[in-house]
Amino acid sequence: MTGMTHIQNVSRRGFLKDALSGCAFVLGVCYLPSVAHAGTTAGTPADRATFHPNAFLGLETDGTVYIIAHRSEMGNGSRTTLPRVVADEMDADWSRVQIVQAIGDARYGSQETDGSQSIRKFFTVMREMGAMARLMLIRAAAIEWSVPVSQCESGLHVVEHIPTHRKLPYGELAISASKLPVPKKAELKLKPRTAWRYIGRGAGLYDLKDICTGKAVYGIDARIDGMVYASIEHPPVLGGKVKSYEDREALRVPGVRRTVLVEPFNLPYGVQPLGGVAVIADNTWAAFQGRKKVNVTWDLGPNASYNSDQFKKELQQTAHQPGKVVRNQGDVDTDFARGGKTFEAEYYVPHLAHATMEPPVAVADFRDDKVTVWAPTQDPQGVQQSIARELGIRQEAVTCHVTLLGGGFGRKSFGDFAVEAAVLSKKVGKPVKVVWSREDDIKFDYYLPVAAVYLKAALDSNGGPTSWLARSAFPPINSTFDSSARYGGWELEGSWIEVPFDIPNIRVEVGPARAHVRVGWLRSVASNYHTFAVQSFIDDLAHKAGRDPLEYLLELFGPPRILDLNIPGYPQEPGFALDIGRLRRVTEMAAEKAGWGRRKLGNGRGMGIAVHRYSLTYVASVVEVEVDEKGGVHIPRIDTAVDAGTAVNPANIKAQLEGAAVFGTSIARSCEITATNGIIDQSNFNDYPVARIDEAPYQTNVYVVESTAPPSGVGEPGVPVIAPALCNAIFAATGKRIRELPLSNIRLG
Amino acid sequence: MIRLRVNGTERSFDGDLEMPVLWYLRDVLGLTGTKFGCGMALCGACTVHQDGRAIRSCVVPVRAAAGAEITTIEGISSKGLDPVQRAWMDHNVPQCGYCQAGQIMQAIALLKSKPRPSDQDIDDLMNGNICRCGTYQRIRAAIKAASKAMERT
Repeated sequence: MTGMTHIQNVSRRGFLKDALSGCAFVLGVCYLPSVAHAGTTAGTPADRATFHPNAFLGLETDGTVYIIAHRSEMGNGSRTTLPRVVADEMDADWSRVQIVQAIGDARYGSQETDGSQSIRKFFTVMREMGAMARLMLIRAAAIEWSVPVSQCESGLHVVEHIPTHRKLPYGELAISASKLPVPKKAELKLKPRTAWRYIGRGAGLYDLKDICTGKAVYGIDARIDGMVYASIEHPPVLGGKVKSYEDREALRVPGVRRTVLVEPFNLPYGVQPLGGVAVIADNTWAAFQGRKKVNVTWDLGPNASYNSDQFKKELQQTAHQPGKVVRNQGDVDTDFARGGKTFEAEYYVPHLAHATMEPPVAVADFRDDKVTVWAPTQDPQGVQQSIARELGIRQEAVTCHVTLLGGGFGRKSFGDFAVEAAVLSKKVGKPVKVVWSREDDIKFDYYLPVAAVYLKAALDSNGGPTSWLARSAFPPINSTFDSSARYGGWELEGSWIEVPFDIPNIRVEVGPARAHVRVGWLRSVASNYHTFAVQSFIDDLAHKAGRDPLEYLLELFGPPRILDLNIPGYPQEPGFALDIGRLRRVTEMAAEKAGWGRRKLGNGRGMGIAVHRYSLTYVASVVEVEVDEKGGVHIPRIDTAVDAGTAVNPANIKAQLEGAAVFGTSIARSCEITATNGIIDQSNFNDYPVARIDEAPYQTNVYVVESTAPPSGVGEPGVPVIAPALCNAIFAATGKRIRELPLSNIRLG
Repeated sequence: MIRLRVNGTERSFDGDLEMPVLWYLRDVLGLTGTKFGCGMALCGACTVHQDGRAIRSCVVPVRAAAGAEITTIEGISSKGLDPVQRAWMDHNVPQCGYCQAGQIMQAIALLKSKPRPSDQDIDDLMNGNICRCGTYQRIRAAIKAASKAMERT
């Protein structure tokens, strides 16, 4: 219990009390409970609770339940939703649950919070963890009362002896339950759906009040005793190196202590630091100011010849040439050779930056060949590995604490900034907080790859496609980890390779491309460009055929069926096969709710639809647009239908899909990363604009399909349908077809 | 050296007076509820009140706050929840939450100048505050709800 008391004392509430009185620096490590046990893997309050049947939960004698959140919270809701699944199966009272954020630790399984996989991969595991506790508590009560287990049932935070209505609160059973053997998986009985308390019922975020009162702790808020601040002047071009540098002026800036050379990476760059010159200072401002005064002479390296305008042309040429065939069905060539009607079009989506509101930031403390790091990371085990590799220490010697993330969107799956903090802490012999400026964030991101896409269809007499040729060219994300990689692989899953249409001849290809900036995943990854292309193309075909786009789309899907792709190496996960019925249902639902074909729209207004599946979640959106005389685009309304299987937290599903509509709007309207001589042209929200309140959709209505299918994630899938639905709506409103993003490059007025 | 009040407490500061209020609050006073987003008054994450007016603390040097009263999200919260915070919670506005302290501080200032804001008022006065998670429609609804709640009291 002494450990417990200590933990409470260094909780973040304790920290903030001190912060409010202005003496935060007197505390040691200030906020994360498990900090007190840094370096151990058995140090969570759940582990130390009287009854702790598994790594994910613990019960105290006072009835407090600790549940581990092992996935990262970046607004996706997993820190609330997954623990509620545990609490439900345990029959725990949510108001008595305290959530504990896990450090990076393989015993929790994967903690890499991306791909919208948290609920999909851990729903059943979380249920089992809760059910295990419930079963043991019931058995403990049966022993206490000397009655058969079959006569006992759990209620809310109690076990009840049904024949006598006697009740024992969970807390009072903690000691006796802790003495029982842990049941085998086969003994666990999961609740029937009808008995669910929390699953299927919406819940606000666990951290809601802390967020609204400024108490929530993000990476940028982490601070430890004796910490210094660092800002790093990175090589302006990827792969550049410091030739020499002059820091005399920088050292004159008040608060600047010293400068430190950060070594460049060896290929593949992976999550190694970019290198450069770090300015170490007493506060963030001094570090930023000192950096402006460092004069670096760079060897810019081979990427200094990279110009995105030229690269765009090369990509477009690649997309026009035959590539590597990744799916082949029927005979596209023979069909095209018939000499019938065909239609072809090409699409382009630029590099995109994540622009999380919280820029990359981390605190690291290197001492005695061990590292403790606090980071807003989507992948704490990855941070452990990357730091261990960089410093030549064992992975177990790195303890990674996960703070709240001020946005992630895939950027914070890459822990390069945490590695930087660890490297610098070792070099300066003190805990170091690395803070990236917004300019650093925009200029040195792991960008979503730029893509050129080419589509060609052979058409029958009714304008329906008989052949589908799809070619895509983009720098593969695998090249981040394998410098020789030129072809995308897993990026082709989903909307690209699946082609969910009833077309006899299909050939899908991918062309080679090389990255000249760092590339990585961004909210729905390749579906951002593939769904844009495919759903725009279908709309084009519909108009060419003189058909209503919705009718045309539904006809193209064909009847409800399970699409067995039978492609070697394609994911075989249960439930992965594409269900055309579910795709049709979300399409019809979005259209119905939007009043497609029924609602009269005025001049300059139009509706567009797009649909896809990403990470097992089916989403359709109808966007209504108004284009004014000056070409200004306004989005009064979006109707989104989503089928994410069992809706575990419907309130969160709605929130995620509302947010996705805004994120997708940013991509469609204004987001674009370009480069001149290897240097990124954009730098902050002035030249990398994201949607503001007056540019976002005014109202997004979200409709959740009721389903008993296994649950799938909702963090990403709502994004990629927005750009094509918006552009299709603009076509309906103005007759202007958009095949390149962003809209800000195109005159509509 | 300058003097100022932060959340009702007298403070004096003799460091670099060009340091923006943001970093003074965060790194010197440890008031981390106010967030860094852009450093150029482009995103509003750093919004606090100077004598009741919303300012972007990332571009206002401490020098310019001499003699002023600075109120941060912590200061707003110290007397119980503001109606705006309550509305934010009722509408489950936040996702990642990082920008929300700035949004709330901006909304409180907005309702002071426009107790019954129109959609246009909200667009005009909130468009300096970026939310990358895209919670704008809930922000709009929460501002209207807070306006109603304040009218009642």
